[in-house]
Amino acid sequence: MRVALFVTCVNDTLFPDTGRAVVRLLRRLGVEADFPRAQTCCGQMHANTGYRDEAVRLARRGVAALRGYDAVVVPSGSCAAMIREQYPKLAGTRGPFADAVARVVPRTYELTEFLVDVLGVTDVGAYFPHRVTYHPTCHSLRGLHLGDRPLTLLRQVKGLELVPLPGAEECCGFGGTFALKNADVSAAMCADKVRAVLDTGAEVLCAADNSCLMHIGGMLGRQKSGVRVMHLAEILCSTETAGVR
Amino acid sequence: MSVTFLGMPADRPFPRNAARAVRDSQLRFNLRKATRTIRARRASVVAEAPDWAGLREAGRAIKEHTLRNLDRYLMQLEEAVTAAGGHVHWAADAAEANRIVADLVKATGETEVVKVKSMATQEIGLNEALLEHGVTAYETDLAELIVQLGDDRPSHILVPAIHRNRAEIREIFAEHMSGWGRPAPGDLTDDPEALAEAARLHLRERFLKTKVAISGANFAIAETGTMVVLESEGNGRMCLTLPRTLISVVGIEKVLPSWRDLEVFLQLLPRSSTGERMNPYTSMWTGAAEGQEFHLVLLDNGRTRVLADEVGRQALRCIRCSACLNVCPVYERTGGHAYGSVYPGPIGAILTPQLRGMGSELDRSLPYASSLCGACYDVCPVAIDIPSVLVDLRARARHPWPERAGMAAAGWVFERPGRLAGLQRAGGRLRRLVPRRLPGPLAGWTDTRDLPEVPRESFREWWDRTDGGRR
Repeated sequence: MRVALFVTCVNDTLFPDTGRAVVRLLRRLGVEADFPRAQTCCGQMHANTGYRDEAVRLARRGVAALRGYDAVVVPSGSCAAMIREQYPKLAGTRGPFADAVARVVPRTYELTEFLVDVLGVTDVGAYFPHRVTYHPTCHSLRGLHLGDRPLTLLRQVKGLELVPLPGAEECCGFGGTFALKNADVSAAMCADKVRAVLDTGAEVLCAADNSCLMHIGGMLGRQKSGVRVMHLAEILCSTETAGVR
Repeated sequence: MSVTFLGMPADRPFPRNAARAVRDSQLRFNLRKATRTIRARRASVVAEAPDWAGLREAGRAIKEHTLRNLDRYLMQLEEAVTAAGGHVHWAADAAEANRIVADLVKATGETEVVKVKSMATQEIGLNEALLEHGVTAYETDLAELIVQLGDDRPSHILVPAIHRNRAEIREIFAEHMSGWGRPAPGDLTDDPEALAEAARLHLRERFLKTKVAISGANFAIAETGTMVVLESEGNGRMCLTLPRTLISVVGIEKVLPSWRDLEVFLQLLPRSSTGERMNPYTSMWTGAAEGQEFHLVLLDNGRTRVLADEVGRQALRCIRCSACLNVCPVYERTGGHAYGSVYPGPIGAILTPQLRGMGSELDRSLPYASSLCGACYDVCPVAIDIPSVLVDLRARARHPWPERAGMAAAGWVFERPGRLAGLQRAGGRLRRLVPRRLPGPLAGWTDTRDLPEVPRESFREWWDRTDGGRR
């Protein structure tokens, strides 16, 4: 099975630890992922802000970069949802672009889908002795319908104490450029999410999206709360002998 | 093209209205309490329904079919209503609808009308228009009464006074009821029963005196010409039965083909809106009863334009249940007034700019009044994919130039992996120079949040340096 890692521009540029964690985790499970160098950004920011032409250009580049693989693993619910839900709309029904999208879409998996559905693994042999709470991001929850997959994986992590997050299914207020265009509402939503996180007494907040975590973590940091945010992949990659970095 | 009026002035853009609303702690408290209560109630009655997904799909399909054949069903409706002794009028826009209603009222010689809660008449600003013709309209829905007495604007489709708590309502009743009819008792408390009793006495007098009523309709059955109104208080039924003349202003998208279609919607609507298995009062009437007169005003007001849009037309499936408002994290924090339309919340964010067009700064900002979290789509009983329509409207909005420049720059970088890698290398070198506070529109981030630390090395660089961690 030829597997491509679509790392996403946010992880590539700002959170390389997450990309490294995915590569090492997959290697531990016997999968050597490729990193197709032509990839850049899925185009979600442009699409969701109303710049369709740019989004189409980036989507064309994206599917071209991912051509020929049996599976594409994306460590972001949001970017995976972009490829699966929006690419078909951007591509239309006919032509080479539409054909390329039709080939890539059914092979695109968010990380936890790839682990649970394709590899059939729920215990990835991780060790992470911390109190952790999980925030199901909107696109992984309502877009991809990841369901229990992330929690199932977290429950198998040795030493990890999983605490439920109150109001977990409510949006954190990131929403891409929403955080800038409606900064006051975004911050008000984030403040409620931060309060919920602090109420759990967790040391670490994890999610399947670093962009949402950047937003919640940014406020946790500004408030000097001491709570860390971590992508799910980094927790699943941790073992007794090796940390993430 | 005439400007479509939607019952509210459209002046300031949504983010500015919202910024003010999120700082109003009383408003935030009222909204949080109310939306969370109704949200939980809806969730429980939807969960117990044996086949909600099937019901929702049936609702979607019936509405879709009707909209595709709207011309045919509207003609059929007109025929059936006329055959049952009613009169049908067609109104292209708010001004025409208001003129028709005003003329009908004036023809009766009356100067007072009672009103059943209706979004269509809110949309066209009927009360204000009637006042110009010397006709006073009295709202009889409890929440609409609160809004009218308080000289306020509705902030929710179903619960227009959701932004008020009971202490505020007591004050409004005590101060303003006397100006509109029977005054509130001198010892009025903010006990819900006492407030309801004060409203009941005030309204009963009005029902007995008034000879003309104005309503909307939740559904209009083409097959039989039957109008259907769902409500909780019974005040609507008073208006629909007591007066001699009844005028119903109904949006053209409210038509349903046949009587049996109601089976689906009488289940979908109460569970989605008030969170009840069944609403307390369902009134239906066909044509005019003996000794009464019935007029149906069919309202377009921008709807046929929306119908022509392949993506946006699904907004016309809306049955005004408000489930999307109650579940929306943005609405919960801003309330309805920020949307500058009688249609607030997620459905308002897609309906208002389509009906009114995107000429004003407010209307251009509405499609962005969402984090695209998708909660609205999940709860919509007729499966309107609100996030997709929002994204589609965003693609048609005119964008401010600094944003266009930023997006063009980002697009240029992402077009070539080499450019992205170059930027990442520069970022890694200059990482210590990133300020804690960013200027301009980016300050919205750093006012409340730290920026992430820029890593020394991007993933791409790491992959090249270590051959994907193998070296």
